[in-house]
Amino acid sequence: MEEINALFHGFAVALTLQNVMYMFLGTILGVLIGVLPGLGGANGVAILLPLTFSMNPVSAIIMLSCIYWGALFGGAITSILFNIPGEPWSVATTFDGFPMAQKGQPGEALTAAFTSSFVGAFIAVLMITFLAPMVAKFALQFGPAEFFAVQLLTFCSFVGMSKEPPFKTIASMMIGFALASVGMDSITGQLRLTFGSEELMRGFDFLIAVIGLFGLGEILLTMEEGLAFKGTEAKINAKVVLQTWAKLPAYWATYIRGALIGCWMGVTPGGATPASFMSYGIAKKFAKNPAGFGKGELEGVVAPETAAHAAGTSALLPMLTLGIPGSPTAAVLLGGLLIWGLQPGPLLFVEKADFVWGLIASMYLGNIAGLIVVLTTVPYFAAILKIPFSIIAPVILVICAIGAYTVNNAQFDVYLMIVFGVLGYVFKKLSYPLAPMVLALVLGKMAEGSFRQALLTSQGDVSVFWENGLCGSITALAIILLISPLLGKVWGMIKGNKAAA
Amino acid sequence: MQDNHNNEGGFVSNKTMEIVTALIILFFGAVVMWDSYRIGAGWGSDGPESGSFPFYIGLLIIISSVVTIFNAVRESDKDEFVGKGEFGMVMAVLIPAIIYVIAIDFIGIYVASAIFITVFMVWQGKFSILKSLMVAIPVNVFFFFMFEVWFKIPLPKAWLEAQFGY
Repeated sequence: MEEINALFHGFAVALTLQNVMYMFLGTILGVLIGVLPGLGGANGVAILLPLTFSMNPVSAIIMLSCIYWGALFGGAITSILFNIPGEPWSVATTFDGFPMAQKGQPGEALTAAFTSSFVGAFIAVLMITFLAPMVAKFALQFGPAEFFAVQLLTFCSFVGMSKEPPFKTIASMMIGFALASVGMDSITGQLRLTFGSEELMRGFDFLIAVIGLFGLGEILLTMEEGLAFKGTEAKINAKVVLQTWAKLPAYWATYIRGALIGCWMGVTPGGATPASFMSYGIAKKFAKNPAGFGKGELEGVVAPETAAHAAGTSALLPMLTLGIPGSPTAAVLLGGLLIWGLQPGPLLFVEKADFVWGLIASMYLGNIAGLIVVLTTVPYFAAILKIPFSIIAPVILVICAIGAYTVNNAQFDVYLMIVFGVLGYVFKKLSYPLAPMVLALVLGKMAEGSFRQALLTSQGDVSVFWENGLCGSITALAIILLISPLLGKVWGMIKGNKAAA
Repeated sequence: MQDNHNNEGGFVSNKTMEIVTALIILFFGAVVMWDSYRIGAGWGSDGPESGSFPFYIGLLIIISSVVTIFNAVRESDKDEFVGKGEFGMVMAVLIPAIIYVIAIDFIGIYVASAIFITVFMVWQGKFSILKSLMVAIPVNVFFFFMFEVWFKIPLPKAWLEAQFGY
């Protein structure tokens, strides 16, 4: 097994004392980010990214990805104890997690959530280990047309799968593309959409957008709700943990279903949030006691957490192998790789095998570190939420401002961050999804580049996108996904008519 | 990008807000198309011209916002976009935040942050000034050491903080 050898080599790369330290530091920071309102995985990583510039790339990406795992774990804490999902993908966890905490079983709920997260992530990492090299090898034959087709698939699946109105998804995405094209055109060197402004010549950095949209925007939303945290104490000890662990194997089928849904939704950029809802729904359908769901059923915590983490983790598979991130946080990690001069994509596996396998190995280790950290420190993190929001809000705003400044050392970016914050607030309230905008901002230049290269080779003939079988089937799949909401509607109408007749 | 909050002055319904936002997006799309057309959106001697990709992006922005406006007009979503009290809370963060980021330019980030945290805590949290300073100053001293000393990332200090000679 070639992969196993490579993986063990990766463990050797990742397991230095320094890296393990970064791993724990990253997880703790990540849980902190996940717990605090206004700081999430995506903008937490974005803010901390500049701090890692002085590290070597392997340590840096290990720390950043551990921040990501930590944030995934952290979301569960606030959902269960305070009924406040720290992250959108932990909304489904509140359904049964919070009732359990109220019934006096917060320890059980937390243990189940963390363990399920761990299992979900672990299965997803296993999948990455064996599937990623295959995908990368396959993608080595891709030309610009195929790459554009895959990107098209990514964006179309957003439209098809998101629960927001499709035209709002398209609008949000296209705004991202438009912003990505601001600045110098990398192919012809022409300035675009700068309107003579020197500040705009640098273009829009997606990290600024992430910090504004998810940071300030989230604070404005939280503020509106006039948050008063009323939560349960986090009582957790070894006995509760062991007792809960004894109960969990009974839900093996839920784990497998959750992990499969998560892996699928994570690779296709549907994301962790719909995966968690889907897994919850399916678990409820198959459960022996569906009436108990929503009132504090252990399985109702297991299902969404497994899927959310499997999705969050497997979002890194397309990021590493194709250079297409499956989630905003994966997009930020991709941005980090680009800054270190590592171009994610199939070639990364050939040219920087050390780095790739080190990262994959760190996913295993980081998740173990995460599980240890959260199980032992939950009460402290829960205590953070007792700090009044009037202290947390300004401090987080200061962190966002510093984070926005350090990306390019530009004051202009801090103003931009505020504008993005207002945009994020308004868009969130009108249910425009934000993730497509961020991904378009990240991938815009790349998508445009492969589109133009493909057209160049074909002398402007668009049929290049369905010329060969591979490219054509990806494009066809993309278009099917794009119009799937429409198909759903038509199908509903036909069914409705039949029922009426 | 347009700053939308000017349009929220009154207490608007979701429907109005929906239409106004979509109109702003529509305008943005038109600007993108116009500027792309200006630099050339056709097929040049060396392949697609610089403006061609953004030109169609702008077109899609316009189409999608037209559909959104159409949907918003047809549905009568009279729910209010934001209540009076809620709007006040949002402004209570947003306006100080805007003043704060402008202040960074003049008095440096550490002093501005300390003042911002103090003012916010006293005003919104009803903490005593002493207590607020006891949060604001240590937090900023920590940031100072973290950025300037440990990670060697200089943050904006303006003329005021530059006087301290770091």
